[in-house]
Amino acid sequence: MPVSRDLGPMAPPRTPFWTRSRIRSALIQVGFVALLALLIQFLLANTMANLDRQGIASGFGFLENRAGFDIAIRFSPFERNDTYLQALWTAVANTVVLAVLGIGLASLIGLVIGLARVSPNWLISRLAAVYIEIFRNIPLLLQLFFWYFAILRPLPGPRQSIEIGGGAFLSNRGLYLPKPLLDSGAQLTLVAFATGLIFALTMAHFARRHRAATGHSRPVLQWWIIGLVALPLATWFATNASMALSVPALEGFNFQGGMVILPEMLAALLGLSFYIAAAVGEIVRAGIEGVDHGQTEAAQALGHSRGQIMRLVVIPQALRIIIPPLTTQYQSLAKNTSLASAIAFPEIISIVAGTTMTQTGQALETIALAMAFYLTVSLLIAAIMNFFNWRVTRRSF
Amino acid sequence: MKLCTILTSAAALMALSGAAVSAQTLEEVRERGYLNCGVSPGVAGFSNPDDAGNWSGFDVEVCRAVAAAVLEDPDAVRYTPLSNTERFTALQSGEIDMLSRTTTRTLNRDTALGLNFAPVMFYDGQGFMVRDSMDVDSVSQLNGATVCVSAGSTTELNLADYFEANGMTYNPVRFDRADEVLAAYDANRCDVYTSDRSGLAARRLVMSDPSEHVMLPETISKEPLAPAVRHGDDQWFDIVTWTVYALIEAEEFGITQDNIDEMLASENPNITRMLGGEGSPVGEWIGLDNQWVYRAISSVGNYGEIFERHVGPDTPLQIERGMNALHTDGGLQYAMPFK
Repeated sequence: MPVSRDLGPMAPPRTPFWTRSRIRSALIQVGFVALLALLIQFLLANTMANLDRQGIASGFGFLENRAGFDIAIRFSPFERNDTYLQALWTAVANTVVLAVLGIGLASLIGLVIGLARVSPNWLISRLAAVYIEIFRNIPLLLQLFFWYFAILRPLPGPRQSIEIGGGAFLSNRGLYLPKPLLDSGAQLTLVAFATGLIFALTMAHFARRHRAATGHSRPVLQWWIIGLVALPLATWFATNASMALSVPALEGFNFQGGMVILPEMLAALLGLSFYIAAAVGEIVRAGIEGVDHGQTEAAQALGHSRGQIMRLVVIPQALRIIIPPLTTQYQSLAKNTSLASAIAFPEIISIVAGTTMTQTGQALETIALAMAFYLTVSLLIAAIMNFFNWRVTRRSF
Repeated sequence: MKLCTILTSAAALMALSGAAVSAQTLEEVRERGYLNCGVSPGVAGFSNPDDAGNWSGFDVEVCRAVAAAVLEDPDAVRYTPLSNTERFTALQSGEIDMLSRTTTRTLNRDTALGLNFAPVMFYDGQGFMVRDSMDVDSVSQLNGATVCVSAGSTTELNLADYFEANGMTYNPVRFDRADEVLAAYDANRCDVYTSDRSGLAARRLVMSDPSEHVMLPETISKEPLAPAVRHGDDQWFDIVTWTVYALIEAEEFGITQDNIDEMLASENPNITRMLGGEGSPVGEWIGLDNQWVYRAISSVGNYGEIFERHVGPDTPLQIERGMNALHTDGGLQYAMPFK
């Protein structure tokens, strides 16, 4: 029987390889990147040519030069004979400390506000709502000025300082506190305390794992006593440690000795924290309300208390909702530290993109340094928060 | 604000990196029809806008004189108020044509920052202001004091140098904007407010109680305040330089805003040459018309008139001529000859 040969569908006509979609999109992307690189190269070359023609100094050599100015708040050592590079590090340290403290305080206040917001108590919930609306709807810069002058104006000058007691003084020059002076034995005691804390935490961790595995709980109180009391005390007496206090005393214009929290630091910290806390509060509220009510009811049915329900059931699940938007708020706080330069807090903008830029005239380099800093900090915060997020999402409850 | 600084700087970067900043400033200004002049953001007597937004003051008159010389209209100026940290970038990037903003001439700015300074308009020095109630009558008593200072100024460096040289300590509180420095000092954050003496005199006027504050007698630095242009345009530099000289020379010759028309018929050939009388080459040499000096002086008056009008003893600032008197009166103001 003759079989008619089926030729099958027509083979597709041969087309040029660049019309294939994968290759085409790759070509377009390579072309785009090349154009972008050309543009950047053009801008850079033009900038260098212009700087050169006007005889403006360029390059990062200036970082080795003597800075010659002073910085009042410094979380890393700096004095006027140091280089611009050291001034940069001091600015970095100041900014990071402010951001870290700000994030801590904002989280704490935000958590309280968020919990108050979902409170069944009408008054507490309203108060939290008022707080949120006020603080997140006023520009941060204004709030910083508010805190700064709210701290400065009512406080007396150093000679009329308010004595808080215990050697602490409050004036518009700052909060002066006694500073403990530790000898080597006392420092060793601190180390012993930290070691004891880690030890007790470890033991408690093992006890929890044991309970999770077997259902039997083990007492842990003795580990805490050994770690936090016995070990430090033993070290203290073994090393014959002693501790003195450097108490601030009025001398000339100001207090000498002790340690001080300057108004700029306090105002910057409060301004940033209270502002971001409003947003954090809303995020916490959203996270808690985002957990299905059935979860709460189920926990109630199991006989958990209100506190236990929050701690063991609601918050762990709420965290999954909370962490991603929280990352943005933390980054925003870190970047907003730049506004603190307006109230004389010596951070990166004030020191690097301010004084250093004007004194060296190297606007491009100093602004680039400042930009690189903020980029690094933001990416670091994102990385850390993403790690937490990963921890929270993969843990099963 | 610092944000503005960043934005300005970013804009400046764009400008610096974008089109080549032209060396033909004169052509650009003429084509544009107005002069872009950088000034201080509100310093009484030096540059201050009134309620209608019209700028006036000692620094502003220099802009007006240059606009009169170049554009035949002293009002053809757009003023850009600039903070300490913004000023140089704005000039370098071509955002402004000239800077007339109580700016100290220093080696660093003249070289590494790529600026050219016109003759000094105001010889100043850094002073200190304290509260009368503090019973301080000399800077040497300021050991340990808290000092409010403008960031990114020569003042900030002088302060550090002076206290170091005298083995004293101090706590700096640094702000970018002069009005923030003032507000903090006024709120009693600092014992001492330091700035150029002229600036202190100007800012004392706006404090809550000016009579409460006294200026200490010492002057710890030289602050020759001069207008500036950017490197790379010699003709423009000449125009700004010689406009300033024209104002000083006019005072020396006794040419005022009122008598300038009579002076045109002066017997003194030096005066008629400068004012562009018949056969005068002053326009040809500098690349403008012959009446440029005449217009500058008739628009703003001579140096002495400007001084008296804005900062002199009869103004609220009450600054004496002192070093800013003509050299013939024992001061430092000395114009080069218009020959």
